[in-house]
Amino acid sequence: MQELLNYSHLLLQGAWVTIQVAIFSLLIALILGLLAALAKLSHSRILRTIATLYTTIIRGVPDLILMLLLYFGGQIIVNQLSYNVNQWINTYLTNHNQAHEWYAYLPNYIDITPYAAGIITIGFILGAYMTETFRGAILSIPKGQIEAANAYGMSQNKIFYRVMFPQMMRHALPGIGNNWLVLLKTTALVSIIGLQDMVKVAQDASGSTQQPFLFYITVAFVYLFFTAISNIYLKKLETKYTIITR
Amino acid sequence: MNFTIIINEYQLYLTGLWTTLWLVSFSLLLGLCIAIPAGIFKSSKNKFIRLPISAYIYFFRGTPLLIQLFIIYYGSAQSEFLRSSWIWDYLQNAWFCALLAFTLNTGAYTAEIVRGVIAAMPKGEIEAAKAYGMSPLQILRRISLPNSIRRALPAYSNEVIFMIHSSAIAGIITIMDITGAARVVNGRYYAPVEAFSTAAMLYLCLTFTTIFIFKQWEKHLQI
Repeated sequence: MQELLNYSHLLLQGAWVTIQVAIFSLLIALILGLLAALAKLSHSRILRTIATLYTTIIRGVPDLILMLLLYFGGQIIVNQLSYNVNQWINTYLTNHNQAHEWYAYLPNYIDITPYAAGIITIGFILGAYMTETFRGAILSIPKGQIEAANAYGMSQNKIFYRVMFPQMMRHALPGIGNNWLVLLKTTALVSIIGLQDMVKVAQDASGSTQQPFLFYITVAFVYLFFTAISNIYLKKLETKYTIITR
Repeated sequence: MNFTIIINEYQLYLTGLWTTLWLVSFSLLLGLCIAIPAGIFKSSKNKFIRLPISAYIYFFRGTPLLIQLFIIYYGSAQSEFLRSSWIWDYLQNAWFCALLAFTLNTGAYTAEIVRGVIAAMPKGEIEAAKAYGMSPLQILRRISLPNSIRRALPAYSNEVIFMIHSSAIAGIITIMDITGAARVVNGRYYAPVEAFSTAAMLYLCLTFTTIFIFKQWEKHLQI
């Protein structure tokens, strides 16, 4: 137990990292999900295809693989890309002006941190799940209301934030809640790419104290605590929105 | 991009695919054996049956699978009792720990599906079957079981896909599944894009095949 106290400070820091990753990736997931849902319901075939490809591929590949691909592979691709762009610009300028000196217009080395890779991947993955939630919620809005808004002469933007959005959120809330719980548990994977979250702290602590069970079970209970709090809060949110409907 | 590496190492990926397949199939099968009784007795009136089952389901659904795997694989080494018992031979094995963690995890999720299906059982159908003079076994075989399977299938197919995806973390504890193979190839050639996108393709194929099979099955069961 003494070991747990010694590491409590680090564990709390790790928990804070977990919360940060969860909240930032939730934001990305919500934005992506909303955009992709609108794209799926749009008239443009290109947008529909892109959104369908996005949701199908992301939902067919494990989160861990995507994370490793982005963290290790993304680094190479981004750097290769920025190198090629630099090369292209410089060649172009040299062809026009012999006195031109080579200059890196884009940084030659871009570092993708585990923090960024974790947040982006989790946001990207959950965004695909959010898409389905939002799509269902948008479809549940009665067509007549949108037609009525049109008849009142509201612009498309106005219709979206006055009529569609508030109702959509009400229908989407249970789905968003479920996705949030999934997201929270997915954050454990960021420890694999080296981010100092709760799991990584527990891993390091159990290595040096030889008490892996103690640390892992503690982290498990912290996750249970987060889930329980989320459940309470989500219930409150849902009742609040149903009251507004009446 | 140099995909000749992958072609040279295709055997590694094939063994990985095979490991993933049997690991997932066995844990799903064993998980189902836990889930059915757990799902049935979760709504039991006896507190001593209901509470442990609820605690089990709550714990395994509320914590990440990665942590569950670490508790079993690394955590078990802390207990002197476990180390000196016969079960230690198994707990030392990475594949046994993965199988145990996956089984317990899918068991908890599936139990919740089973419970939902039982709670939503149409009473009228069973009463009608009773009125026809069917025995309880006949009712189970002819009415409630086919009906329950039909209603549980969409949720269960999601669980199966979820399990295929979660099984990727087996690669972290040295198991040579698809992820493990990709990690080895990446380590050997430092070719993360090629190694992991191949793994992603394999998982994608696995997912689509599973979806296809379940869709066919659902169609087959439709009245």
